[in-house]
Parts: sequence; C-alpha cells; structure tokens
Amino acid sequence: MQRIFEEHRLTLVAIGLLIVGLMLSAYVVPEEEQVVIVRTGEPVGTVNTPDGDTGPGFYLRTPFVDRVVRIERRLLDLEMTNEEVLSNDQQRLLVDAFARFRITDPVRMVERAGSTDGVRSALEPILNSVLRQELGRRTFQAMLTAERGSALDNVRRNLDRQARQYGAEVVDVQITRTDLPEAPLQSAFARMESDRQREARTIRAQGGRDARIIRAEADAEAARIYAESFGKDANFYDFYRAMQSYDATFAAENGDAASSIILSPDNEYLQQFRGRR
Amino acid sequence: MRLLDGVRLAMAGKNPWGAGSNDSSGSQGGSSGENGGKSDGPRNPWLPPAGGGDGRKGPNIEDIFKNRGPEQKRRSGGPGGPRGPNFRMPQRPGGKSWFPVLVVGILALALLATSVHLIGPQEKAVVKRLGDYSRTMDSGLQLSFPFPIETVDVENVEGVRPIRIPGNNSQAKLILTGDQNLVDLSYIVRWNIKDLEAYKFRIVDPEETVTEVAEAAMRAAVAEKQLDQTFSGEGRASIEQDVRARMQAKLDLYQAGIRVLGVEVEKADPPGQVVDAFRDVQVAEQNADAARNQAQGYAQQVLAQAQGEAEAFDKVYEQYRLAPEVTRQRLYYETMERVLSNTDKTIVEAQGVTPYLPLPEIRRRAQQQQPAATATAPEGQ
Repeated sequence: MQRIFEEHRLTLVAIGLLIVGLMLSAYVVPEEEQVVIVRTGEPVGTVNTPDGDTGPGFYLRTPFVDRVVRIERRLLDLEMTNEEVLSNDQQRLLVDAFARFRITDPVRMVERAGSTDGVRSALEPILNSVLRQELGRRTFQAMLTAERGSALDNVRRNLDRQARQYGAEVVDVQITRTDLPEAPLQSAFARMESDRQREARTIRAQGGRDARIIRAEADAEAARIYAESFGKDANFYDFYRAMQSYDATFAAENGDAASSIILSPDNEYLQQFRGRR
Repeated sequence: MRLLDGVRLAMAGKNPWGAGSNDSSGSQGGSSGENGGKSDGPRNPWLPPAGGGDGRKGPNIEDIFKNRGPEQKRRSGGPGGPRGPNFRMPQRPGGKSWFPVLVVGILALALLATSVHLIGPQEKAVVKRLGDYSRTMDSGLQLSFPFPIETVDVENVEGVRPIRIPGNNSQAKLILTGDQNLVDLSYIVRWNIKDLEAYKFRIVDPEETVTEVAEAAMRAAVAEKQLDQTFSGEGRASIEQDVRARMQAKLDLYQAGIRVLGVEVEKADPPGQVVDAFRDVQVAEQNADAARNQAQGYAQQVLAQAQGEAEAFDKVYEQYRLAPEVTRQRLYYETMERVLSNTDKTIVEAQGVTPYLPLPEIRRRAQQQQPAATATAPEGQ
C-alpha cells in the first residue's frame, strides 16, 4: 500500500485534481429544468431551452467563472386571490384567478426578472389589472356566465403580451372562484330566502286551489248524476224524497229525538181509521 | 413508570419534593440525582452503602435500583461482556480483516437495489439518464444503470386518485349559479395518469393543478345553470359531464398527462343560512299534496253517494212506473208506519173537542232534559 502510493504519487495527485475539477465544472441538467450560463453577469449560453438545440443531460462549465442558473421548464402557476372586482353595473365580486405560464426565453427572463419568482411578482399586478379591466367591462351576469370564456381569452392575450417581455408565455388564465362580498352575500341570502318563501306560498295556494276545484267538480258531477236520475219524474222524486225525509226526521231510532205528533182525524193516513166515507 | 420511580425513590429515602428533614444538598431529589453520591454533605442514611465502586459518575436512579435489585449480579458479572471498548471485529481465517469485504458487500447491495426494479402491476417508471429522459419502464422486473447514472422514478399510473373539493379543512364554499343564487357544492374528481412522461416533466404540482382546474371548471359549469337545476339529478349529471370535459380540455392544453376519469357531485345543498326556507318549500309541497288528496277523497265520497242514491232512485222508479198508484200508496204507508211507530201520537178525534195535551208527559221529559219536538202532523197530500 505504502509502496504504491510512493511510486505513483504524481498520478494520484493528478487524478485527485481531475476529480475535484470535474466536480467543480460538471453539472447535470434534468429534463424538467432549463439552464442559463451566466459569465460575469452576462448570460452566455443556454441548455435545454424549449427552442434550443441542447437537451437535458451532463454538461461542463468553466469553474468559478460560469454560474449555472436553473430555471423551471415545466408549467408554472400564478395565483391571484380575493381580488374585489367591480362589474359594469356596479356590483362587487370577489375573484380568485390563476394563470399558467412557462418560461420560453430564459435568457430574457434572467436579464429582466432574475428568477421565476421575479416573473411572478412582475406578472401579478398585470394579471390583476387586466382582469379588472376586462371584467369591469361586463355586467355582473355576464361576468358569471356566457362571456366568461371570451373575457378570459382577452385577459390571457393581454397578459401574454406583457409576459413575453419577461421571457414567459401565458398558456391559460382561469377564474377559480367568484364570490360575493359580505354585504351582497347577505342580501343574496335574503333574496334566496324570500324567493323560497314565495315559492312555498305559491305551492300552498296552488294546493288549496286544486283541492277546491276537485271538490267543486265532484259536487257538479254529483248534481249532474242526481239531475239525470231524478229528472225523469220530478213529481215522483218529490214524493220519494219526502218519504226519505220523514224517515230521517221522525223515525230516528234513538229515543233522544223522539217526537210527539198530533194527528188530525182528517189526515190522509187516518182515512181508513174512521171507516170508509 | 416515572411515577413509580418517584414512589420508589421516596421509599429509598429521597424525598422527591426536596423538602425532607435531611440536609438540602442530600435531598434535592428529582431524576438528576447528581449529588446523591458525590455530595460532600451528610450521607443519606437510607441509601445502602455505595458498593458500586469509586470511579463511576454520580449514580442516577437506575444505578440506585440496580444496586438494590437482583440485577446487581449481572452488573458485577465481570469484564467478559460483549460491550465496552474491548470489542474487536471477528477475524477472517488467515488473519485478514472483514472490513473490505463488508464495504464491497454494501456497495454491491446498493448497486443491486438501484439497478433492479420491481414495478408493480399498476405502476410505470420514468428513467432519467443523467437528468435526460431516457425511457419509461412498464410493470415487471426491470433493469437500469445504478443510481448516479440513471434515476428511476416509479409512479402509480393506473391507480385512481380522488380529490375531494372543497377539502376537508376548508368550510363550505358557495358557488354562484346562473340566476345569482348560491349553492353549497362538494364534489370528487377522480383522475389518473395518462402519460407519465408529460405528467413528470410538464407540470409542477399535478394535484394542485387538478384541484384548480376542477374548481374553475365547476364554477363555470354551475354558472350556466339555474339553482334548481343544480339540485336535480339531471342537472347534476350534466354538470358532471360538463366539468369533466372542461377539465380534460384544460389539462390537455397544459400537456399535463392527466386523465380525468370522472367528476361526481357529492352534495348540492342550499347554503346553510337559507336552508330553512328551502325546507319550507318541501313542506309546502307536501301540504299542497295533502290538500289535494283530501279533496280527492271528498270527491270520491260525494260521487259514490250520488251514484248510489241515483241508482237506488232509478230502481225504485222502474218499479213505480209499472204500478204508480199502488207503489206510491205502499211507500206512503210504510214510511208512516216507521214514523208513527217511533213517536208519541195524539189523535184529536172529533171537531169541537178541546185537544188534550199530555202535559205530565211533557213535564216528565223536560225533567229528563230531553227536549221534545212537537210537530203538527202533515196536512195530507
């Protein structure tokens, strides 16, 4: 062991130096990153940019002089939360939105913004104001529904134009949340409540109306049936019904309602009582 | 256990509260016990004589009890124990050290572990060679170069990943509907990985991306619906479809490599603040139904009665027509019979005779508080 070291001292030192040098100058660019080589403050080269020739992999740089700036190559997001937006018809709306962007020109990005966070903080106010402008041109209703798509398209286009200056490309802008602020929220609740109360009242009234109609129809039908049947002989009906009525009135079997009847001998019932006249 | 120690400590003569009758330096107690053996103060008379030897550090509680307990034997077992500075690695036959063999073995194991991969049935893996995407491994036993050269990232591709929105921690999030009402909606998005390479290398935080895209899509979809539609099954189904389509379109735009398998609306309720009013509507519906049902019942009853009576009349009339005079007389007498058999009858026989009213009878009835109806007889026909 000792001998080997002494005989090959120079070689070993050289190998050691080589390893150290390699460690200082080698760097790996993974698939999801792009790299800008900055030499004394100036970007001098790029690796694995979307439109570049170089792909990810193993690379060398000049140690101490070149600085490797790693930049995310994947899609990044920019969020905006709880922004109060005023619609065309003076209604307020709390909006959460996000934009998806990616860095397409890392050199420009490094020069103008420094890092992806720099891009974010540069784009944030722009997204904010573009969104306000675009949504402020529409009515509350339109903000919610149909025109949302076209509005967001405009926002995206505007934001993209600005983002290009920072070497970024905006892929998409979306609104995640549209909420009413506290005061309009309460009034919306009140409106919903009164809406429902109206509905409940209507339903009850309709139920009552239907019930009444059903009863009336039944009564009418019954009257028709009676008329059809009894109308065949009004005179007999009068007699027949009178008999039923007497039955019901006087011949009640319960003793409570027992009646006293004073009959005159002239009564037809007693006709035979006196003997034939 | 600690309490038990404390009790035993107290029994050993050390007051854990430090307020014994002994000298304060000797009874500071606690788990430190630092000055229990070394202190210059008076020795605690309750401690056994320090038999543990001179050179040791201050006894801690364990030592105290080891001295008292049966473990004492083990402690004094002699210097032949396997621990201590005297440990030597066993030697290979031939007097050489095992050490290089061990190192080589560990390295070999590491190489093996990072170059042989067992990819599960639902899984795939992306392989990066020095950061550069090289290939995607399917399930099965797969080989790669060992760690620094190739890195293998295994991901469950087929497995369904559900995301519940809103998450458990956040409160109910209200969504505005097209008619500017609010609905309390929670839903589950099920997704998995369509393209692992894109999934890994195109987007930063897939889960968050899916969540945000889902929220945006859901808001947009609900905003196109009326409130009542969001409650109905049909409306929900169309919302689910709509959200799924929108999400997939967005994620494809992002080249996220994610497949949205389905969106399920778990719950669509009116907001808590107005839920009573909504319930009242349901109550009202039931009330209305009840009223209708009662009316139907009444109608059936009235109609049945009418039909019955008409039928009865028709039957009688049929017979009457065959022999009008007789039938009429018969009916008359029968009725009179029933009527008069059940009533008190008074017949005034001759004209000019003062009618006699059965007053005692009436008084008797009055006493029974049973009003008697007096009726004059029918005047004949």
